[in-house]
Amino acid sequence: MPKIAARAQEAVVEKALLLAGVLSILLVALIFAFVAKEAFPLFKNYSLASFLLGTEWQPALPPPTGPQFGLIPNLWGSFLVTAGAILIAVPFGLGTAIFIADIAPRRLREWLKALVELLTVVPSVALGFVGLVVVSPLVKAWLHLDTGKSAVAASIILAFIALPTIVTIAEDAIKAIPQSYQLASLSLGATEWQGLSRVIVPAAFPGIFAAIMLGVGRAIGETMVVIMVTGNAGLLPTHGLWYAFTHSVRTLTGTIGSEALEVAHGEPHYNALFMLGVVLFLITFALNYFSGRMLSRSMRQVRP
Amino acid sequence: MMAMGSRLLVTLLLVATLLAGCTKPRPDSNGAASASLTIKGSDTLVQLAQAWAQGFMKTHPEISVTVTGGGSNTGIAALLNKGTDIANASRPMKPEEFDKAKANGIDVKEVVVARDALSIVVNPKNPVAELTMQQLADIYSGKITNWREVGGPDTNIVASGRDSSSGTYVFFQEHVLHKGPYGRGVLSQISNSQIASSVAEDVGGVGYIGLGYIDESLKDLKIKANDSAPGVAGNLENVKNGTYPLARPLFEYFVGEPKGAAEVWKDWILGPEGQKLVENLGFITAK
Repeated sequence: MPKIAARAQEAVVEKALLLAGVLSILLVALIFAFVAKEAFPLFKNYSLASFLLGTEWQPALPPPTGPQFGLIPNLWGSFLVTAGAILIAVPFGLGTAIFIADIAPRRLREWLKALVELLTVVPSVALGFVGLVVVSPLVKAWLHLDTGKSAVAASIILAFIALPTIVTIAEDAIKAIPQSYQLASLSLGATEWQGLSRVIVPAAFPGIFAAIMLGVGRAIGETMVVIMVTGNAGLLPTHGLWYAFTHSVRTLTGTIGSEALEVAHGEPHYNALFMLGVVLFLITFALNYFSGRMLSRSMRQVRP
Repeated sequence: MMAMGSRLLVTLLLVATLLAGCTKPRPDSNGAASASLTIKGSDTLVQLAQAWAQGFMKTHPEISVTVTGGGSNTGIAALLNKGTDIANASRPMKPEEFDKAKANGIDVKEVVVARDALSIVVNPKNPVAELTMQQLADIYSGKITNWREVGGPDTNIVASGRDSSSGTYVFFQEHVLHKGPYGRGVLSQISNSQIASSVAEDVGGVGYIGLGYIDESLKDLKIKANDSAPGVAGNLENVKNGTYPLARPLFEYFVGEPKGAAEVWKDWILGPEGQKLVENLGFITAK
């Protein structure tokens, strides 16, 4: 009798979990469907080519030209601030992850982990404010810029936002490498550092790569910080990379965040903002998909 | 188990009440009995409207007034979707918006509630004292990028504008840029005060803001209608005598001829007390 009850209970729990899983997938699919449904009416009176290849974002331009909804400046801005953030966050993040996973004494390790995870709880508005009043004036003074509202200032703040993700996942990946790898390399006469840098880290590489990709996902989706710090001008890299990096940019999230609440429903501008949302969704979806595959590969690889 | 069930029930009820509160139909401005007004729109007008609301509720405690900003587009869009009783706007409604109102069965009534000079401000360290309308247009379309080109020092220009939901953005695009595009390098800021702080910070900064937002951290420029015209400062007198090229009326849009609470509100803000506040906040009276 108790056996039957236990089995029934198990079946119920199993079905409930399945339902929860299916629901969450369904929810994401529905969100995407809704965003797409609001986005695609844009192409009733605006061509796909002018959206994909357009270099101007001028949502209120009166006739005869009419509004311009170019994807390029938004996409470029998102790419630039994210690339900058990752360039800053990866060396720091990897260093921290390796230190926490393999080098730090146990007591210090617990402290460091807690501190890094604490970074995730700082609200991004607060970080944006720090960016506005601290980072961007400093960047302006250091690099002798005309204004601190720039891609580089945003990248620095976004690096802090991506850092905890990178550290946590990279650390897990490094820890997942069996101790025997390091012992084997030591027994072959390698130093600790050689073992770490030539055996452990390469073995953990898929996981580390996934950590970086998830960090990219965090940075590219961040909105408040970029609205406050980038200046939101739709510049293109026509004067070289460094010029672009030290000047204002406009990102996908920044455009959506500053305009979406205030646009009249059903207007082309409204649809165009949702279309930017579709692009952003596809980017983050791809990032998550590939990092998920990398992570599972890294788990498989280290199993004997 | 029972206790949990009833707690759940109470929570559900509370949530339902809250939701009902959110979706309660807005009192429309025609109902004489409605004792609350929602006002939404122009960021340029938001401080003034909040000051009005405070003063108004002292004399008319029976009517509660809620004021929010968000930009002229937001306010007008809300009015057309019946999401607000009154829309504040720093630009006149467009013909297509009037069409949409008609389609939604709303007879929109326009009232000029104050006037404003759009001030062009620069950093106090900038020696440039005046610009022609053409120079201003060239700066904001990206043709002129250095102060040297308009008689200033060799400093790059950092031009700030508003985001596209702002009535000021639209006004400037129409009256200065002659309906042309803004330059790619123009910073898009989410409020007047953001523009002000940006210009105060950057030596090469320039921005357009409402008269009420000027303080000692900014220097406002004289504007010349053309090369041979004299430079005119954007102050009270020059807006009243019509010589300042960047003066504009500020509007409130009502649903139909204002009645009830809306009429009391309209009469109060256009009356001596309301118009006194207009001057106190650095704007110019409606008449």
